[in-house]
Amino acid sequence: MPYEYLEDVATADIAFRAWAPDLAGTFTAAADATANVMIDDLATIRPTIRWPLHLENDSLEMLLFDFLNEIVYLKDAERLVVRIPEVEITPGPAGHVLVATAVGETLDPARHATRVDVKAVTLYRFELRQLDSGWEATVILDV
Amino acid sequence: MLAPNCVRKISETIWEIPTTAKHGMRVPARIFATEKLLRDMDPTVLEQVTNVATLPGITGYALCMPDGHFGYGFPIGGVAAMDVAAGGVISPGGIGFDINCGMRLVRTNLTYAEVAPRLGKLVDRLFQRVPAGVGCHGFVRLTKPEFRRVVEQGARWCVRQEMGWQEDLELTEESGCIAGAEAGTVSERAVERGYDQIGTLGSGNHYLEIQVARPEHVFDAETARTFGITIPEQVVVMFHCGSRGFGHQVATDYLQSFLRVMESKYRIPIRDRELACAPFDSPEGRDYFAAMKCALNMSFANRQVILHRVREVFAEVFGRSPRDLDMHMVYDISHNTAKLETHEVEGEARQLLVHRKGATRAFGPGMEGVPERYRTVGQPVIIGGSMESGSYLLCGVRTGGQSFFSTAHGSGRTMSRARARKQWRGEQLLRDMAARGIVVRTASKSGLAEEAGGAYKDIDTVVRATEKAGLSKRVVRFTPIGNVKG
Repeated sequence: MPYEYLEDVATADIAFRAWAPDLAGTFTAAADATANVMIDDLATIRPTIRWPLHLENDSLEMLLFDFLNEIVYLKDAERLVVRIPEVEITPGPAGHVLVATAVGETLDPARHATRVDVKAVTLYRFELRQLDSGWEATVILDV
Repeated sequence: MLAPNCVRKISETIWEIPTTAKHGMRVPARIFATEKLLRDMDPTVLEQVTNVATLPGITGYALCMPDGHFGYGFPIGGVAAMDVAAGGVISPGGIGFDINCGMRLVRTNLTYAEVAPRLGKLVDRLFQRVPAGVGCHGFVRLTKPEFRRVVEQGARWCVRQEMGWQEDLELTEESGCIAGAEAGTVSERAVERGYDQIGTLGSGNHYLEIQVARPEHVFDAETARTFGITIPEQVVVMFHCGSRGFGHQVATDYLQSFLRVMESKYRIPIRDRELACAPFDSPEGRDYFAAMKCALNMSFANRQVILHRVREVFAEVFGRSPRDLDMHMVYDISHNTAKLETHEVEGEARQLLVHRKGATRAFGPGMEGVPERYRTVGQPVIIGGSMESGSYLLCGVRTGGQSFFSTAHGSGRTMSRARARKQWRGEQLLRDMAARGIVVRTASKSGLAEEAGGAYKDIDTVVRATEKAGLSKRVVRFTPIGNVKG
């Protein structure tokens, strides 16, 4: 899934851009970009635990914010490192409904080369945009 | 956007941006820096500090310290004092996600010559005994309701559990427990993220270092003596960490809660969502203040438990008790807070909520809040440099009123993590540092590369700038010899 870290933004923190032809793919790419800040090689995460996610928000952008916060929460509260390969976003009574399954395992420093904790997803320059070619998110993580 | 060429020189170390530079500025912005430090600052710092100048109730100036760099909402190095009686606001973006990220300094009576032969073992044991790295958890086992009590009691709880000495509290800002912390204002999610993280360093720029005070680096021998730095080549331990997942979640929760009411209820325009705020004297503002204090206390407890482990490790490695090793604290001070303080403004004493985000309180001689034993010389200020360069012990000065008695907090980054990762390799850095006599143990080689000294400003330049500007005074410079890195 495509994402890149931005070298000239956020000196002390980590900025990334994630994109895909569709909205769900952009969410998945942003999830990987967030997890990859904490774990050097995402391929070392084995899919042994499945964690269902259900989120609602009236703003698509804030839905992405809530979604990325789940990854940070799971790492601290459940000690889980996850990827979120399948995401479904549909209209709902409160705006947008996201249903997804986080897939991963308990963090094991012996097998997962770690990098740096994500403390928070910031809203500074936080953006989710629809382009001609698909969707693109720009995010700064506080580390 | 800022008007071009809007920065005016006030003195060699003070630069001002007038209120005419940006629509909505209520006060001018002031940056404390040498010309070179200012020139090297990311232009975002100027945007951010002038955004801060638009916040309701801001008093005097929106300030930035010499180590200022790119933040979110406030710049890192940002200081803003809000007049709470005049509708002043509280903003999580003025404190940072890592509430009460701070520094603790502990002395020993050991010299470099005594420590050097056992340095490898010492750093190994510290690395084993003080959990560090991504998602690390601590050895203090608490239920969630117990954790809620700890965050109301801070380091006092640790001392009651025999994880500290009574005098440690006296040498901690707010005596290790700020009054007014109410666990009822904290979400369950915040508790879930932090209840097993007491006594952990975390990762990123958080570290625990063994350092030496070389005789040629003692700038003020008398004040150094007051702070307990008395022996040539004296070894000290300095560490840097905060309120871990708990504090990060408190900030995240209230940032969102403020965004929901800021414009609709309080008619404050949202210029940057990371500047989300609410009037201090409002239900939302009061709740955040009480929750933030829980995170302050969590962090004091965190550093207290780490100190306990450090003392245990030294006792084990040197076969002497921590008291025999004279392992007294020098001080513990935060650099991410907002606190109610009384400052003189235009000749009268006013109660202000002073936000310090990546800035250290630096109370001068005689001021209340400085521990009795240091009252005549001023409050100790602990500034950590990069792991390769060095760190400082300074003290507050009488001329500090110009910055609401605040000073720098570190050296400040000049290079992004992504770029640093390309420039340095963790393995090589470990070897280079070992060749220079610095033993490093790290939970992450790639994380280590991001912390290379070259990614930071020169700490000596930053600290000299604070002295020249009259914000704080150098006492001792410490040289690193051992480093535990998250």
